[in-house]
Amino acid sequence: MLTAILALTLLALIFGLLLGYASVKFKVEGDPIVEQIDKLLPQTQCGQCSYAGCRPYAEAIAAGEADINRCPPGGEATILALADLLDVEPKPLDEEVGAEKPKMLAVIDEARCIGCTLCIQACPVDAILGAAKHMHTVIADECTGCELCVAPCPVDCIDMVRTTPSPTTWRWPDPEHITVQEKIEEEQA
Amino acid sequence: MTQQQLGSFPGGLKLPGHKKRSTQMPIRRMPISKRLILPLQQHIGEAAVPIVEVGEKVLKGQRVARAEGHVSVCLHAPTSGVIRAIADHQVPHPSGLTAPCIMIETDGEDRWIERDPVLDFRSLSSHEIRQRVREAGIVGLGGAGFPSFIKLNPGVRHHVETLLINGAECEPYITCDDMIMRERAAGIIEGIEIMMFALRAKECVIAIEDNKPESISAMRFALTANKALSETTRIVIIPTKYPTGGEKQLIQVVTGKQVPSKGLPIDIGIVCHNPATAYAVGRAIRHGEPLLSRIVTVTGTDVTHAGNFETLFGTPIRELLEFCETKRQPDEPFIMGGPMMGYNLSGDDLPITKTSNCILVGVDDVAIASQPLPCIRCGECAAACPASLLPQQLYWYSRSKEFDKTEEYNLFDCIECGCCDYVCPSKIPLVSYFRFAKTEIMNQERERRKSDIARERHENRLARQERERLEKEERQKQRKAALAASKAAQKKAENTETESTTETAAVKEDN
Repeated sequence: MLTAILALTLLALIFGLLLGYASVKFKVEGDPIVEQIDKLLPQTQCGQCSYAGCRPYAEAIAAGEADINRCPPGGEATILALADLLDVEPKPLDEEVGAEKPKMLAVIDEARCIGCTLCIQACPVDAILGAAKHMHTVIADECTGCELCVAPCPVDCIDMVRTTPSPTTWRWPDPEHITVQEKIEEEQA
Repeated sequence: MTQQQLGSFPGGLKLPGHKKRSTQMPIRRMPISKRLILPLQQHIGEAAVPIVEVGEKVLKGQRVARAEGHVSVCLHAPTSGVIRAIADHQVPHPSGLTAPCIMIETDGEDRWIERDPVLDFRSLSSHEIRQRVREAGIVGLGGAGFPSFIKLNPGVRHHVETLLINGAECEPYITCDDMIMRERAAGIIEGIEIMMFALRAKECVIAIEDNKPESISAMRFALTANKALSETTRIVIIPTKYPTGGEKQLIQVVTGKQVPSKGLPIDIGIVCHNPATAYAVGRAIRHGEPLLSRIVTVTGTDVTHAGNFETLFGTPIRELLEFCETKRQPDEPFIMGGPMMGYNLSGDDLPITKTSNCILVGVDDVAIASQPLPCIRCGECAAACPASLLPQQLYWYSRSKEFDKTEEYNLFDCIECGCCDYVCPSKIPLVSYFRFAKTEIMNQERERRKSDIARERHENRLARQERERLEKEERQKQRKAALAASKAAQKKAENTETESTTETAAVKEDN
């Protein structure tokens, strides 16, 4: 009886020490699931999900506070990827946050820009270049199309335009959506 | 040299060749068009950058655009004339999109710029040869258009055993390689000699399908004339089967070795080039002529005078079709490439580019377009696949957009040969699904890279804002401290002043 109690206590002590050591030695910095979710989000930082950016939304998903279908720029692809990662059922995009849109690009009408710097302050990825009372311009390669610069502009000189693909970025259409009837019509037209 | 045992690849098809239609006449020269449209991107890699201005006079062979970045080549004026515009124009691409082009109005004089031929190529280093090949704008003329100079570099890590000249030309209807081997065999041999020298290759194998006896004898004749080269070079006759002309399939047939998945032929010591590319290399080094034209096959059931035409780059395809007289109505689509791997193009003002090997108008025994039936999992496609893939699995996953699964099933080893489409009893357009999945995956990859950059920029911005806030706080604190200090000093000064006045008063009182 006594030996059994002693042996178990000893074992518990050893494993306790081992686990204690491991938890200090192999401590994981940050929350890995947040990182993983954040990686799948499109990083537009647009806030359409009602969170302050992609990372806060990722934190909310990880904490179970937000659903996975609140990211319009990511659209169906992001929802599927998140569902796959978190092992939950995919669901359609939440109508409350808006609809999935094609990728857009902000363009400043440079003739109308008054150089107020409000859009520069609004841009989450520093993609607008300019100085006070000087014309501003969008660095097209860095623009994520989040539309956050549109509202602050006092002279309404920022337009969102659809990005046009070039032959190198063009994608083959989904054959699922091309029916033979359409093809024949196309050929006749 | 002993005849080696030939290998083979799985799957493949025996297809009717339809090649006689375009081999009845020798290669003809297409008259110079009034207007040439030169897309800046005619090769894989970065587009070339124009170095001429609108209104500038150019001579035949003059450089009009320089290579940008490593994977890129130069572009030259195919004939003398005036630069009329540098603007977007529709290019021969399945998307039908426009891309930047240089428009040249030709003067019909065809005046050459001064050329710099090298009679003894052995006086050049292999680096100089590559540089000249790059300057001459030479790309793989088989159809993909990869800059050739890169494939003439054995590199440091590799050792090139074999230079393989791909004269298979397995796709039905196309005969441009066949015709160039028949008529310009000596020029091809000249180019091979230079390529062997640049690559320091031990041997060269010229592989030709057995349905081209004229090419085989012409190449043999040209090879025997070159004593030194005939010791290390042999012509291998391979059975006609589609798609033997696929680089990896040809290597398997000729050497019995397989190129590893996601690998390159150079990983197993082989470099593969097209005979027309070899000819172009010969012209560039020995004659100082950049790549200005190519042989284009114009054929099909609706073409009256089918044949092969030496055509300047930028020549509108419409003029070529008018020259051959077709039953095609204006703006009716035609096929660029062969019936198996080609794509439909429509639009009358599209130019011939470095990769345009064949224009096909009207195909025999064309399959009637019908609604595809459900997949019955018969496995015919897997049996026909020359890359040993499982097309039906790839089809399911591409259809349901499970792209990570398609990659697990080696989607990117698919060469889009169309054998699976051809044998499918349900007439499912399998290759269309694979092309769709491939470009979707590449797009996702691009977006992921972009979003990584966006995340970094956003994090940097947040860090900067935080730093600015802290600095502001620090400054405020310092200012407050300074203010407090100055106030204290003032107070102290006042105190001492009052003290001193009281002191003087006291002194006065004392007196």
